[in-house]
Amino acid sequence: MAKTHVTMKVNGAEVEGLVEPRTLLVHFIRENLQMTGTHIGCETTHCGACTVDIDGMSVKSCTMFAVQAQGSDITTIEGMANADGTLSALQEGFRMMHGLQCGFCTPGMIMRAHRLLKENPSPSEQEIRMGISGNICRCTGYQNIVKAIQYAAAKINGVEFKEAAE
Amino acid sequence: MNDLTPTREQRSAALEGMGCKRKRVEDIRFTQGKGNYVDDVKLPGMLHGDFVRSPHPHARVKKIDDSEALKVPGVLAVITAETLKTVNLAWMPTLAGDVQMVLADGKVLFQNQEVAFVVATDRYAADDGINKVIVEYEPLPPLVDPFKSMDADAPVLREDLVGKTTGAHGPRKHHNHIFEWTVGDKELTDAAFKKAEVTIKEMISYHRTHPSPLETCQCVCSFDKIKGELTIYGTFQAPHVIRTVVSLIAKLPEQKIHVIAPDIGGGFGNKVGAYPGYICAAVASIVTGKPVKWVEDRIENLTATSFARDYHMTTEIAATKDGKVTGLRVHVLADHGAFDACADPSKWPAGFFNIVTGSYDFPTAHLAVDGVYTNKAPGGVAYRCSFRVTEAAYCIERAMDILAQKLNMDPAELRLKNFIKPEQFPYHSALGWEYDSGDYHTAMRKMMETTGYAALRKEQAEKRAAFKRGETREIMGLGVSFFTEIVGAGPSKNCDILGIAMFDSCEIRLHPTGAGIARMGTKSQGQGHETTWAQIIATEIGIPADNIMVEEGNTDTAPYGLGTYGSRSTPVAGAAIAMAARKIKAKAQMIAAYKLEVHEDDLEFDIDGFRVKGLPEKFMSMKDICWAAYNSVPPGMEPGLEAVSYYDPPNMTYPFGAYLCVMDIDVDTGVYKVRRFYALDDCGTRINPMIIEGQVHGGLTEAFAIAMGQEIRYDEVGNVVTGSFMDFFMPTAVETPHWETDFTVTPSPHHPIGAKGVGESPNVGGVPAFSNAVNDAFSFLGATHIQMPHDFWRNWKAAKDLGAVA
Repeated sequence: MAKTHVTMKVNGAEVEGLVEPRTLLVHFIRENLQMTGTHIGCETTHCGACTVDIDGMSVKSCTMFAVQAQGSDITTIEGMANADGTLSALQEGFRMMHGLQCGFCTPGMIMRAHRLLKENPSPSEQEIRMGISGNICRCTGYQNIVKAIQYAAAKINGVEFKEAAE
Repeated sequence: MNDLTPTREQRSAALEGMGCKRKRVEDIRFTQGKGNYVDDVKLPGMLHGDFVRSPHPHARVKKIDDSEALKVPGVLAVITAETLKTVNLAWMPTLAGDVQMVLADGKVLFQNQEVAFVVATDRYAADDGINKVIVEYEPLPPLVDPFKSMDADAPVLREDLVGKTTGAHGPRKHHNHIFEWTVGDKELTDAAFKKAEVTIKEMISYHRTHPSPLETCQCVCSFDKIKGELTIYGTFQAPHVIRTVVSLIAKLPEQKIHVIAPDIGGGFGNKVGAYPGYICAAVASIVTGKPVKWVEDRIENLTATSFARDYHMTTEIAATKDGKVTGLRVHVLADHGAFDACADPSKWPAGFFNIVTGSYDFPTAHLAVDGVYTNKAPGGVAYRCSFRVTEAAYCIERAMDILAQKLNMDPAELRLKNFIKPEQFPYHSALGWEYDSGDYHTAMRKMMETTGYAALRKEQAEKRAAFKRGETREIMGLGVSFFTEIVGAGPSKNCDILGIAMFDSCEIRLHPTGAGIARMGTKSQGQGHETTWAQIIATEIGIPADNIMVEEGNTDTAPYGLGTYGSRSTPVAGAAIAMAARKIKAKAQMIAAYKLEVHEDDLEFDIDGFRVKGLPEKFMSMKDICWAAYNSVPPGMEPGLEAVSYYDPPNMTYPFGAYLCVMDIDVDTGVYKVRRFYALDDCGTRINPMIIEGQVHGGLTEAFAIAMGQEIRYDEVGNVVTGSFMDFFMPTAVETPHWETDFTVTPSPHHPIGAKGVGESPNVGGVPAFSNAVNDAFSFLGATHIQMPHDFWRNWKAAKDLGAVA
């Protein structure tokens, strides 16, 4: 199949590649760019393991062609750590609150939470639950993911994090 | 001592040992997208394989034409059963003593069965090739209903078994019969029923569902022709077993097979078995001389690899009129699909279903299980439970509620009246198990007090009265569940897989600077072994957990183990860790005695080193002992500080718990709301409370999914209609309830650290709690037993059938 040249910005770096028109963005990221942090869990847009940030929106990269991302600005989980290599507030929150177990949904979950906190810097528990409802986790039951996002929100907002009473 | 000398508390805390909410080691890489899962493995020249699958549930395969497929750019080979026959791999043995087609051999027996394997340069080309393989089928009548499987005129599914009157587990009664398994005293039980004052009988079904971890099953196989070595990266919960199975069926020397299970994206039982994809990828690599990757998509995962449950349990309890149980009789019709590919210990065709007497002191019981073939996918794995234990717990917990309803007793009171008493442990159950320890009354009463159970019952009575007066359309249910699990398979006297005893193992090697590595026969799929195993070692030998690296999943380096499933890691491998650590500690004591110039009996272990009794200043830290082990050991002693332990447990462990679900249901819509869910778990000694809580949250969420909608459903002609997350209920953060967790601690008396295992308890106890809540809500309207799953439509239907909705 004929290939198309694509260019885009991924985690701040200009990248390019030759792809078939049908190549999914998630495969371009994982196979061509060799960034394997973005995962594939269902290929039907249900699970959100492939969530990346594109031009200020959360996007499930299994349901977008690489050619559709031409010229866009993409952030993946590999671009989420602080500049000095330490864990960002969200990454730290997931670890501190035990917001992950097998780790397979985690990159997509963190990418979604990242955009959620940009959209709503101080979300309520219900807003968090609704905000991550496009991302499925099989291990945690979400309760600690909610806490992880609250932890990150507090840290980003510079306020003390208080765990809700059981 | 001066102010800078750490206190005992500080020294102990610095170890981050058992009981500490230690943050997970794994999370550093997982939160940065630096995990290494199977699909992340890329080998030079790697090809991709994908399956042509059957659209028919039952059909003869007349012809497979691959000529057009082989013309597709990038397609290199199409493997069929005929190809596999040249290496004697068209069929493979199952863990249950049956055989299974790797690729359709003359017939297909379930929809989406593997028919041909297309190998191509990338996954897109492989898909193109699949579309060009032309398969000619002759449809045959499908057998979907297990209750019709043994009808005289039922179609013959397994032509390979025609004329075989005996299977792996004894006589076969019919051409679609697999086994009959009976346990208990039939005569005594029948007698108990004859003289019973009260009996109940109900057919309780546990529907077919699927573990569906977020990462599907996958592998990369690479055969090196020059060395004759096969390397397999795969999503394996039991990598060593896979190595042995591959060696036996592919006739390759076991030392030339390297099985590597890297990070695994959840297992829940789905990744215990051996699947056609693994065999085909291995053969494809041998045929092409290139590494071959096989990655299931979600539809394939849900419809082809390893369903769970599908047990239809006719349950009877005999009791006195004041509520003392006197007998239990259960018959199970087990739908195994087209092949018996249950992942149970080899001698247990229905797993440990004979734990079905639960937490109650039944003087007698009898159980019979009939396994049958149908035109459905094979499997029968333990979806987040020990083998068939969730089915057993659901069966008895539902039945106890039905008995309570008949006796007009409170379900909690009925349970308290029949619990095995603390002084009865070790308790020998009527169906043959020896329960190690338990204090059920304390757990149940704590649940009732913490939740305000009596007040909730009062509120329910008021709401029922209001409903009858027409003031509300909402009904309220209290789902009580008290479960006893049986985990930690298991003792070699009764547990093996293909003849290999179900021990587990640990090898610890300490380095000169007071650090070390522990290698294990288990394999984490999210349980956090890298974190918790180091905590056990830290407490046992006084080296900080941070200084211990835990390694799992590489069969070349890890000692042989039977893997991680059935909550066996802590009961079995956790014990192996403690035993290996104690061997090291014993040698360390001899080294310390030599260095401190005392007799070793004069030493006592003190947190992180050895101290001379009565002389607190004479102390040698484990760190210093590590150095001495490589520098100045006593004359005649070998240098070094390492040990290995293969632990054969003397018994299973029996975790238990008391759960309560408070649910409100709108009868006009069937919409339910889980108002409250309380889970008290007793898993014995607690290694990492943070991880335990996480495991409980996850298991409850899976229980919620199963009870309230998650089903693999076939239509009447054998089409599987729940093949994606659109149709297969997968709760999101919005539907998932808030979880309240609690605990009691009753250590296992036979386990070196008293731990029992916890990962699966919440699924085992959770499902009956949800289902009992729904049934309890409807009971005052006349319902006795409403089958799961309890989705909105079925709740509305129940209300309608009971006349509560016009």
